[in-house]
Amino acid sequence: MELVVSDLTVARGGVPVLSGVSFRMGAGEVALLRGPNGSGKTTLLRTLAGLQPALDGKVSLPPEEIAYAAHADGLKATLTVAENLSFWASVYGTGAIDGALERFRLSELARRPAQNLSAGQKRRLGLARLLVTGRKVWLLDEPTVSLDSASVGIFAAAARAHLDAGGLALIATHIDLGFEAREIDVTAFRATARQGGAFDEAFA
Amino acid sequence: MIALLLRDLRLAIRAGGGFGLALAFFLIVVTLVPFGVGPDEAVLSVIAAGILWVGALLACLLSLDRIFALDWEDGSLDLLATAPVPLEGVVAVKALAHWVTTGLPLTLAAPVFGVLLNLPVAGYAMLVLTLALGTPALSVIGAFGSALTVGLRRGGLLLSILVLPLYVPTLIFGAEAVRRASDGLAYEAPLLMLAGITAGSVALLPFAAAAALRVNLR
Repeated sequence: MELVVSDLTVARGGVPVLSGVSFRMGAGEVALLRGPNGSGKTTLLRTLAGLQPALDGKVSLPPEEIAYAAHADGLKATLTVAENLSFWASVYGTGAIDGALERFRLSELARRPAQNLSAGQKRRLGLARLLVTGRKVWLLDEPTVSLDSASVGIFAAAARAHLDAGGLALIATHIDLGFEAREIDVTAFRATARQGGAFDEAFA
Repeated sequence: MIALLLRDLRLAIRAGGGFGLALAFFLIVVTLVPFGVGPDEAVLSVIAAGILWVGALLACLLSLDRIFALDWEDGSLDLLATAPVPLEGVVAVKALAHWVTTGLPLTLAAPVFGVLLNLPVAGYAMLVLTLALGTPALSVIGAFGSALTVGLRRGGLLLSILVLPLYVPTLIFGAEAVRRASDGLAYEAPLLMLAGITAGSVALLPFAAAAALRVNLR
């Protein structure tokens, strides 16, 4: 399991944001994506996840190997915690959700509708979804937003277990997650001028 | 896929899900028309087929923007697009869920509402048959329109304007088949056209809708 990104150019709204993005990650490795707001971290993650096409360059892994977690958790307010999670478990064909609930300390909330959860609990449920996808590569966009320090600890432990099991994770974050990780600063890849890029993004 | 269908049905039934909205709207249209045009039985039985079809169509239109807009807002559409299910399948399943929660109840309730409009006896079986054949097309065409407008805030107006012209053939042939059956005329031609429109939309539009979603998710 290796993620190799070579010479990738990503665009937002048809305008290149980052170009020449190249890095390599092996199994068990974690990298933190750094850069100020609007520098293209989310665009890079969405491109790697296959949600938008790259203008140029190559990614070694197909989107089918990747689990993506965005700012929004994709929770349905009227479904319970367990129903939300089992839906994703059956979409990914993994089935069991107890382990994920346990790891993110959600077992006691399992029968509560998602609309009654606090912001941090919702976030934990959104992150628990990653465990039921059963995928090796995690792309996380600001996973610790609205988490308190204890919950960040829970998340860091889950990520650590995932890495130890041979997974890898690329995390866009501003805070210290408490583990050794290399950093990828996206400002180094900032696209200078308008280059390539079809005129109309609909036909790009 | 089945999980997605069950989730959408469950969401529709839970509070605020909009189940029954289409049916209530249909009932309102059908009960208001006799007050508007007067209680003349002869007039009502002439316009009954048309009113029932227009009512069903508008009721269907009412809930279209929910098909994708809610999943877009809470981010589940992004996650579904990265999940191991084809987006075409997602569209088809969501259109099916929309049909089960709107088209199917409308079809089943239509004979009762036909009584309110003094629909000729010969037309009842055809009313149920045309609605059963035609409402799946309404749901699939609606899913396509919903996919096109998914990124827009308050896209409901644009959605209605986009979708209404596409609904016209279904309405014409559906209402025409009921009218002919009520009058004891041959109804095969409009019925077959209606079935053809549905078969074509169900076969092609999920692909078009999935392509529209991919563009909108960028």
